[in-house]
Amino acid sequence: MAPAEAVSPSTLSERPSLLRAGVLSPLLFIAAFALLPLVVAGGDGAFLLTIAARIMIFALAALSLDLILGYGAMVSFGHAAFIGIGAYVIGISAEHFLEDLALTLPLALFICAAFGLLMGAVSVRTSGIQFIMITLALSQMAYFGATSLARYGGDDGLTLWSRSTVFGSSILENDVAFYYAVVVALALCYGLCALIVRSRFGRVLSGIRQSDKRMSALGYPVDRYRLVAFVIAGAICGVSGVLLANLTEFVSPAYMSWGRSADLIIILVIGGIGRLHGALWGALILLGLEDAIPFVFKDVLAPLFPADGESIGASLHAASLTIAQNWKVVLGPILILVALYARGGIVGVFSTRKDGS
Amino acid sequence: MDMTLLLVQLLNGLQLGVLLFLVAAGLTLVFGIMDFINLAHGVQYMLGAYLGVVFFGATGNVLLTIPLVLLGSFIIAVVLEHLVFRRLYRADHLSQVLATVGILLFVTELIEIIFGTQLYQLPVPQALDWAIPITDTLQYPVYRIAVIVVGLILAAGLWLAVARTRVGALVRAGASDAPMVAALGVDIERLFLFVFAVGGMLAGFAGLVAAPIVAVESHMGDQILILCFVVIVIGGIGSIQGAFMGALIVAMVDTLGRTFTTDIMKTILAPSAADTVGPALASMLIYLLMAVVLFWRPRGLFPAKG
Amino acid sequence: MKMGTRAGAFLGAVALAAGLVAPASANEDPVKIGFMATMSGPPGVLGKHLYDGFRLGLEKAGNEMGGRPVEVILVDDELKPDYAVTKAQELISRDQVDFVTGLIFSNILMAVFRPITESETFVIGANAGTSTIAGRRCSPYFFSVSWQNDQVHEVMGKYAADNNLERVFLLAPNYQAGRDAVSGFERHFKGEVVDTVYTPLNNLDFSAELARIASAEPDAVFTFMPGGMGVNLVKQFRQAGLADKVKFLSAFTVDEATMVATQDDALGLFGSSQWAMDLDNAANKEFFENFLAAYDYLPSHYAAQGYDAALLIASAVNAVGGDLSDKDAVREALKAADFSSVRGDFSFNTNHFPVQDFYLTQAVKNDDGQYVMSAVEKVFDDYGDVYAADCRM
Repeated sequence: MAPAEAVSPSTLSERPSLLRAGVLSPLLFIAAFALLPLVVAGGDGAFLLTIAARIMIFALAALSLDLILGYGAMVSFGHAAFIGIGAYVIGISAEHFLEDLALTLPLALFICAAFGLLMGAVSVRTSGIQFIMITLALSQMAYFGATSLARYGGDDGLTLWSRSTVFGSSILENDVAFYYAVVVALALCYGLCALIVRSRFGRVLSGIRQSDKRMSALGYPVDRYRLVAFVIAGAICGVSGVLLANLTEFVSPAYMSWGRSADLIIILVIGGIGRLHGALWGALILLGLEDAIPFVFKDVLAPLFPADGESIGASLHAASLTIAQNWKVVLGPILILVALYARGGIVGVFSTRKDGS
Repeated sequence: MDMTLLLVQLLNGLQLGVLLFLVAAGLTLVFGIMDFINLAHGVQYMLGAYLGVVFFGATGNVLLTIPLVLLGSFIIAVVLEHLVFRRLYRADHLSQVLATVGILLFVTELIEIIFGTQLYQLPVPQALDWAIPITDTLQYPVYRIAVIVVGLILAAGLWLAVARTRVGALVRAGASDAPMVAALGVDIERLFLFVFAVGGMLAGFAGLVAAPIVAVESHMGDQILILCFVVIVIGGIGSIQGAFMGALIVAMVDTLGRTFTTDIMKTILAPSAADTVGPALASMLIYLLMAVVLFWRPRGLFPAKG
Repeated sequence: MKMGTRAGAFLGAVALAAGLVAPASANEDPVKIGFMATMSGPPGVLGKHLYDGFRLGLEKAGNEMGGRPVEVILVDDELKPDYAVTKAQELISRDQVDFVTGLIFSNILMAVFRPITESETFVIGANAGTSTIAGRRCSPYFFSVSWQNDQVHEVMGKYAADNNLERVFLLAPNYQAGRDAVSGFERHFKGEVVDTVYTPLNNLDFSAELARIASAEPDAVFTFMPGGMGVNLVKQFRQAGLADKVKFLSAFTVDEATMVATQDDALGLFGSSQWAMDLDNAANKEFFENFLAAYDYLPSHYAAQGYDAALLIASAVNAVGGDLSDKDAVREALKAADFSSVRGDFSFNTNHFPVQDFYLTQAVKNDDGQYVMSAVEKVFDDYGDVYAADCRM
């Protein structure tokens, strides 16, 4: 049982000061992403907006995972299932000429919540590795289910032939407009999550994480609280699926592979668990490294050395190119170092206080 | 005719089962004793296959290759333990997940850099490269039977070692109450190193014996790893008997499920629908099984902790 | 240590941003080609073959097209569709490539097809050829130098029908391409399909399926098991003693890339292809010799397709004198297919997929002890795909 004076990260954010990392940091993140289109306006910037939108979408998914993992100690190894389901709702609806978000977004939220209810119902009674494995099992079933949807492309996936409309307007076809829709969705979901963790519900959830026995003894229906949290997290994650389908204009079972679920956990561990904004920075770092490592080795390091000849320089040139190609050989050690030396994630490193968990 | 098919499938299930057991044994003990989630365990299996390719290529001798691979796997396990694992014994599960995923990515990519992406193979040892005829058309490869026999012998040996020896008693005690064992003055970290290295060696051996059956490639451990987690969770974490029974159950359900699900579906559904639903359902079966087992017996079928 | 990691990541991000805004030098303005393929993981071997073939093709073209130098931007799609879309956006808007080629897997092709063709950038598909893109969703900006998926399977169905193979057992992985393989085979096959079995994708062990095949006692088995799956199947097929009893017909299962691993086990098994190493034409001989000299391994049909992709692009850019601004002119030049394909006859259908010959091939060990696919007989002559009729451009 946790000692009484141990302050959990979530209780931290209850102190009503604006100038604290817990408020400043997400504001900074969202403001920076909101300003990006102004900086990179013009033809060249489009791909940068795609990268940034993808980072925000994964941040949103990781954020919803933090709600259950960070605040409810439920380590779901199947959270990407909700990304996939949200995306498939958009894809399948579009196949049936239902393309307006006014209908499809609530539908996606509803179906993700329903799947969350199913997944939660069988898993919340367990904990630890059993919880991890049950959530993995259910998401794998969703994955294999999607690959068997021959009518909707099966394993090849499903192409959207246009983005979703919003009350009949096809404004999202404009890349900048779509980008801002992602920014707004992330900001709203972040606000919602922040409200939830500060609410009485959120505090009970945190209490259950610290000691479910105590909360149970106090008369709280522990499993029901965990189930509700699971359903909410699933629905919010569904939003990221809706956005991902529209960003890539493509839906694939790969969106809900177990590797994706692992990515979401890694994002949280890198960023910092149980602090909401950890999800944002974690997504930026993990997805940023995906582009940055190959870039540094291919376009920065390799040109420093001569490409030809038998010299050491030439072998360094070749080595840089090889590493750029197999960039995960660099990512792996970075993850190990974070696990060994940056407990509490990047956000934990920056904050001055010791992690209470 | 159907009975022979069933017989062959039972043999195949047994063969997959002993392979899964060899990999799962180390995983379940490490998890049970040190409460350590090791996602890099599949890497040991993959490296065992690559070591086999390298050593067989160098020596051309099966009897030399086996001890070399065992030694190599043992050394790799010890090195990994010293560099990373021992710093994470007291860390939370998620830090362990992050670090071991890091190892997984690093080693997999390193193998790709060294060996390229092409597939490698190990030939079936000459002495075992023949088949026993079961019917006119159906033969069963002797090599697979040898794998079953060796796997069963190892399983029995491992069970005896855990049940009857002093180290085994410590391992059992560690799995059910590690702090108590440490309090009794046992160097639990050395015990862990030993268990970890032996577990790595078994996984490497499994990779070696699998190599003549499946293609050797850098991601061959990933699929096995997930299956083995299913095995140890179903069997009960920290339990050797549990890992053995779990491996057999998972292997049988998977093998028989793949053969007969579509046929069974065809008795209920139209053939085209059965062709769509059957394979998807067959892939889901082991997960369905795990969900059901955990729902009824959250600590698995043979829990180690008292 | 902590600081080092974080600072490194941050520097990387800054450097990335700086690199993005740097203007491209316009001195001798190269023709830019984005080469997107799966280069990592076990399927990466196909990407390697395709890319090495492509580079050899560029060399053959003198690394110059229409008087301009050539710049190739290699992109690994990692077989993740959403990642591939991001990378495709980079190619289109940052690098502003003139062509995108490569594209091994159907799901990647389907994911990037729309964004690239809608940006009016030409896509030269060098491997995957899905029915949607050949049919109702065909694009004036897409050309294929490989085949329409079904064709390769149709070859086997036709061969089985022509050679009185009455009872055939079909085996394919449980995904879209697997189902396409089965329907492609059945298009010309007239006999009895004793059973159709779909295995999970990335199946390791085929013992279950092999036992079924043995008990069904068919005349032949037709299968489509690309990459590592094919290696496992072939080895286990041989080990189960079936290779001497049941004819093994396949597509994308036995080739020079997988025979590195299967070796003797594959000998005698049949495949189907639009290309084989021993096709008797001058372009093919030159390709084969140069490829072996440059890369020290045997080319597969993937390498041959990569080579043809480079030659096709070079022929078109040369035809318009390096001026790629007039898209209609470029399209006409591509459509002319004015290059010597290593497969001999080559022209484009109305849907921009090839009209070409298809062969029954067989795994053999040649005089130099190399494992190669040898063309046994021509099954189709100047053959187009069935989806062209649905294509309206």
